[in-house]
Amino acid sequence: MTTTSPAPSGPLAFVHRRRRGAELFLLVLALLVGIGAYAAVGIGVEESVPADLVGYGGWLAALIITCHVVVRLAAPYADPVLLPVVAALNGLGLAVIHRIDLDQGSGFASRQLTWMSVGVGLFIATLLLLRDHRVLTRFTYTSGLGAIVLLLTPMMPLIGNEVRGARIWIQLGPFSLQPGEVAKVLLVVAFAGYLVQHRDALALAGRRVLFVDLPRGRDLGPVLGMWLISLGILVFQKDLGSSLLFFGLFLVMLYVATERPGWLVVGGALFLGGALAAWRIFGHVQTRVDIWLDPFSHYGAGTDGRGEQPLEALFGMAWGGLIGRGFGDGDPARVPFAESDFIIAAIGEELGLTGLMAVLLLYGIIVERALRAALISRDGFGKLLAAGLGAVLALQVFVVVGGVTGLIPLTGLTTPFLSYGGSSLVANWVIVALLLRVSDLARRPLPDLTGSADQGSDDDTQVVRVQR
Amino acid sequence: MNKPIRTISVFCLLLFVALLANVTYLQFWRADGLNDDPNNRRALDERFSQQRGAILVGNDPIARSEPVDDRYDYQRTYLKPLLYSHLTGWFNFYNAQPATCAGCQQRVEQTYNELLSGEDDRLFVTRLVDLLSNKETQGGNVQLTIDPAAQQAAYDGLRAVVGPEGEGSVVAIEPRSGKVLAMVSLPTFDPNALASHDLSEVNEAAERLEADDDEPLLNRSIQTTLPPGSTFKIVTAAAAIESGDYEADDLVPGGPSYQLPLTSDDSGLIDNEGRDCGSDRIPFAQAMENSCNTTFARLAVDLGAEAMQEQAEAFGFNQQYFEDLLPQATSRFPEGMNEPQTGQTGIGQFEVAATPLQMAMVVAGIANDGSVMKPYLVDEVQSPEFDQIDATDEEELSEAVSASTADQLTELMVSTVDVGTANPAAIPGIQVAGKTGTAQSGQDDVAPYAWFVSFAPADDPEVAVAVMIQDAPGRARGEIAGGLLGGPIAKAVMEAVINR
Repeated sequence: MTTTSPAPSGPLAFVHRRRRGAELFLLVLALLVGIGAYAAVGIGVEESVPADLVGYGGWLAALIITCHVVVRLAAPYADPVLLPVVAALNGLGLAVIHRIDLDQGSGFASRQLTWMSVGVGLFIATLLLLRDHRVLTRFTYTSGLGAIVLLLTPMMPLIGNEVRGARIWIQLGPFSLQPGEVAKVLLVVAFAGYLVQHRDALALAGRRVLFVDLPRGRDLGPVLGMWLISLGILVFQKDLGSSLLFFGLFLVMLYVATERPGWLVVGGALFLGGALAAWRIFGHVQTRVDIWLDPFSHYGAGTDGRGEQPLEALFGMAWGGLIGRGFGDGDPARVPFAESDFIIAAIGEELGLTGLMAVLLLYGIIVERALRAALISRDGFGKLLAAGLGAVLALQVFVVVGGVTGLIPLTGLTTPFLSYGGSSLVANWVIVALLLRVSDLARRPLPDLTGSADQGSDDDTQVVRVQR
Repeated sequence: MNKPIRTISVFCLLLFVALLANVTYLQFWRADGLNDDPNNRRALDERFSQQRGAILVGNDPIARSEPVDDRYDYQRTYLKPLLYSHLTGWFNFYNAQPATCAGCQQRVEQTYNELLSGEDDRLFVTRLVDLLSNKETQGGNVQLTIDPAAQQAAYDGLRAVVGPEGEGSVVAIEPRSGKVLAMVSLPTFDPNALASHDLSEVNEAAERLEADDDEPLLNRSIQTTLPPGSTFKIVTAAAAIESGDYEADDLVPGGPSYQLPLTSDDSGLIDNEGRDCGSDRIPFAQAMENSCNTTFARLAVDLGAEAMQEQAEAFGFNQQYFEDLLPQATSRFPEGMNEPQTGQTGIGQFEVAATPLQMAMVVAGIANDGSVMKPYLVDEVQSPEFDQIDATDEEELSEAVSASTADQLTELMVSTVDVGTANPAAIPGIQVAGKTGTAQSGQDDVAPYAWFVSFAPADDPEVAVAVMIQDAPGRARGEIAGGLLGGPIAKAVMEAVINR
């Protein structure tokens, strides 16, 4: 990845190569995954290669290759692995949604392809318009306000829409949107901007109690504010997943900004306390936990049947076993919402443990690449932004996959890039664009200052904070 | 800020490791348990939509899976439903899962389910080839021991005697092997209705059959035990000859009546319902030909309860021996009786109760030189390509009597057919050995049960038959007699086997 340059410039000696050729090669592999899976679905379910394979594959390839060209032009030093991994996941998701369409007679896949096109459009716009991510610090409070407004919209009359017990949807004409997915991106931007400004105050002041540095009381304001917002989501929108996601994200970014584990202790305790209280007080949280603990007593005749979805998912994944039933030989549509929240169960059933592990590793790579970009980023905002985006993906994957596979109580979240859902897909494509932007700036060689500046004062003129 | 980022990286790594470990546990270790869960409709759907093997009689399938155009792909179809319903049983959505209850009715569809569905270990290679060539798993075939002509003759004969509402059973066995050649139970039912893919149709048919007072779902051949009456006199005679006190040519006690020991009233008085049984001692042959109650009650008292029980158990009473259809009712011979009770058992009354299969085994044992073979219904199991992969081994259940005793009993039974009560079963040109029975039901409003047991040819037996008529509506009480009703049925079955 890196080569040592002969220039004696200390820790900045690494000059990253662009690696765009490697990206192209990986993208071809990713397209093979997406288009191959689409063809395999046709062969497995209908015993013939889908008639629209060329058109579908062509459109998918055009989208991906356009992304690649834009990255070449606008972010030439960006991480070469992120885009191919995302392309592979999105292509696989489309194929699996198409497979469930064939069972149900629904048309989710073509709509998802449209949403993917929108997502790619925003991805391109982000990369082209946002040449330096630090511009976003100007919009710290704007994004924060925007996120709060978006989070409140589902509560508003007329456009707010309660689906499956969670009030997280808004209905705008023919579109139903999940504003939380967009708010997720805005929140990361707002947190990063706020924390990079206030990190010193948050980090330095405080007192020590029992080996743990606890923050000052007055600095607790934003933490308590975010805690209240998270609990509000849990209580009023009945959305356990988003609540967990937003508060976890906030804690992670606070910890990264201040380097004080004390914040984790305080925040963790607050969340645990809030969650316990919610569990004691609110029926819908209790039900979720009960179903998680014993789905069998909520399944079949004579029960409330609320364990059907998680248990059918577990049955499906067990039925898939190590190598899966193969496309068309499972029965993934038995699980309600297999195309969105439960797409992981469909993959586990038809592609088996093998396929599921591959998907999880792809997510792992995205998170690893995001955190790597955070590590090598030269500015605090970039570090916080990349770390926050990486953490929000990791948390979301953990919460949704853990919920579907029975590791933790089930919550309603989409699986990034795989699940059917426009808001989620578009938001995640923007996240990838932001990550590419951060990594592009981080990997871009510094302008050569040695010729113009005085040799002796080189260190003094260095303005960019490299490392703490 | 790099230190916390590294910490967060480790935290994220832990999250992913937890997810990977959990899916591995779920899809590998926990998978078998979840797949066997009765709630798991996927496993059930798969079992139900499988191409099962055929159940064959002779060269023809009596049950097979036919491709259909619905969500379950194959419809289980029974080709001679009324004739074979009690043997095949049926395969539907409810019993497609592995049987979990011990007392459930299991017929060949269930007892050989693993083979028919292709899950049996003996089909492992076939399954592997199917998997590699991307074909659906096909089930193996099960070949029954049934002789189609004998089965048809038994069904037609019994049906003609008892009518559409009547109850009865016919069992035919090949004496030297124990193969079941015919097994009919009436009333019967149509398993196709119970195998429908339309569950409401299945429920309706099941409710109707279960509510029926005639119990059509009951396989009377193995699940109904009734007093065997005079047919049990063969067992008494066997015990008498085995004891060494008597031979077939000897004189035995006779007389028009016999007061059982320890009794003084009418209930302990045995008579012969008008048949000629001499006044004191009569030839053994005459006692058998005229089915003399006085003779056999007295013989039983003389031999004692223990000797009688030993002999009955040597023929299979008080035992379970049939595995191809479940459950099997145990034929009973009571223990620890006093003298008058023992006398009653000598003529097949008191608490003696036998299934038709048990009585067929009694005569089959005598036909096979005293050796009772374990009865079996499934001859061999085959691969989906009809290659034999396993055959049932013949097995001796017990040595009931010595060969010479068997010869003497045969002699007595032959004369019973030739000149005695069993005459309706006589076949011109072939020596037939037989015995009739008409057992009191013990209830005033229930007609007596008619029995008939026989085997032929007497010198080289090919078939042993037991006929039981439990209820023949429309026939006068006096008309019900083993010889008259059962004899012609047994004759037809024996002829079907001998002339094949």
